[in-house]
Amino acid sequence: MKKISMLIALFTLSVNVAQAKEWTQIRIGVEGAYPPFSQTEADGSVTGFDIDIANALCAEMQADCTLIKQDWDGIIPALMARKFDAIVATMDITEERKKRVAFTNKYQHIPARFAALKGTEYQGSPAFMAGKKVGVQRATSMDLYISDNYPDAEIKRYGSADEAYLDLKAGRLDFIMADSAAITGGLLEKEGGDKFELVGPKLNDPKWFGEGAGIAVRQQDKDLVEQFNAAIKAIRADGTYQKIQDKYFTFDVYGSEE
Amino acid sequence: MDFSIFINEYQFYLAGLWTTVWLVALSLLLGLFIAVPVGLLRSSENWLIKGPAWSFMYFFRGTPLLVQLFLIYYGAAQFDLIHETWLWHYFQEAWFCALLAFTLNTGAYTAEIIRGVISTMPKSELEAAKAYGMSEGQILRRITLPNSLRRALPAYSNEIIFMIHGSAIAGIVTIVDITGAARVVNARYYAPFEAYFGAALLYMCLTFSVIFAFKKWESRYSTR
Repeated sequence: MKKISMLIALFTLSVNVAQAKEWTQIRIGVEGAYPPFSQTEADGSVTGFDIDIANALCAEMQADCTLIKQDWDGIIPALMARKFDAIVATMDITEERKKRVAFTNKYQHIPARFAALKGTEYQGSPAFMAGKKVGVQRATSMDLYISDNYPDAEIKRYGSADEAYLDLKAGRLDFIMADSAAITGGLLEKEGGDKFELVGPKLNDPKWFGEGAGIAVRQQDKDLVEQFNAAIKAIRADGTYQKIQDKYFTFDVYGSEE
Repeated sequence: MDFSIFINEYQFYLAGLWTTVWLVALSLLLGLFIAVPVGLLRSSENWLIKGPAWSFMYFFRGTPLLVQLFLIYYGAAQFDLIHETWLWHYFQEAWFCALLAFTLNTGAYTAEIIRGVISTMPKSELEAAKAYGMSEGQILRRITLPNSLRRALPAYSNEIIFMIHGSAIAGIVTIVDITGAARVVNARYYAPFEAYFGAALLYMCLTFSVIFAFKKWESRYSTR
């Protein structure tokens, strides 16, 4: 009898351990097509702000991390299909996404903006935008913002921001919208980008853009959220975050403290 | 599994279905106009005549449709001749680039079908026509083309089905066809199975309609 009760005790103990599991092996999904946050190098490796942050967080958590590249379109389905455990891909924390995934606190917060050929007239009104060709990456918060606010614009949706830049350069688009820092790093500072500029106001209405970009995990993995949150706090405090930010940007990408 | 998505977004799918139908139908029609002369030229004995036709068919049958679309959509913008002239008016439109790529592609494949049936034309029929004193043009109009058409039908129905399926790549250059609609729906609901299953059903309907129509057409010939 004693043996059995001990076995039961042991069993419940192991179940408890499993529940409060400390994640030591984490597979992280990244996009690899959103410079300077995430880009694929000639040798196939991924680099960028998101990647450095992911690695720093893993080092902080003393976790063994593997980065897995995944196209943006399928990145949330892939998370739910357990192809990886977390997404670090400048993903805005929006209500719509929260229905499917859980988010950590933000690790950066950058406004979205339009960009166009230098000298292009811009007005924010839906009437002005009617019939204008506007390029945006499919399934982003920017996509939703444009779809909701400029229903009469000719919206062109792309699989990646890079493809939208390409068509803007070719003259197929009047405007594109993306995170301002992504436009700067991915378009304006790249070859042939000097003909373009950011236009219009900084857009960060929480209704569409949420409260910044966070790390997405499956809803049941609450422990992983806690672990990431602690790690974000730690790299903010010890200067690691600042160091990574300075490598890519000359301005603050975190925004106000929570 | 949540198929209410498909019901909620059915208008999106119908718009996509319409885009796929007109894009493919127009490509096939224009492609046929290319294919008939090219197929005839390709059947010539003279290399000066058959050479250009052969090169055209060799290129468009020898490369993937996706690459052809990229060449036209992204590649064309690079040339001043296109970018700086009236041509750009058309080339800047994604639908035009897709239509052009699809037309040239199906034109090449259909030309090969035509070359095939012409080369296997029963010699006896041609000799009989000649014995009746028909001219070359008359033989082509009265014997070669009708006979070839009948024998080309099964192969051509396959080509139509391939084009319907091949057109799924139009979505890559921002066109919202059936696959494009499925992608947008997937992007909104994060439900790939439901989104693409809807697309699969629509493609299946299209394909079966084509098969059915051709079966009717072919049986009309065989009962004569």
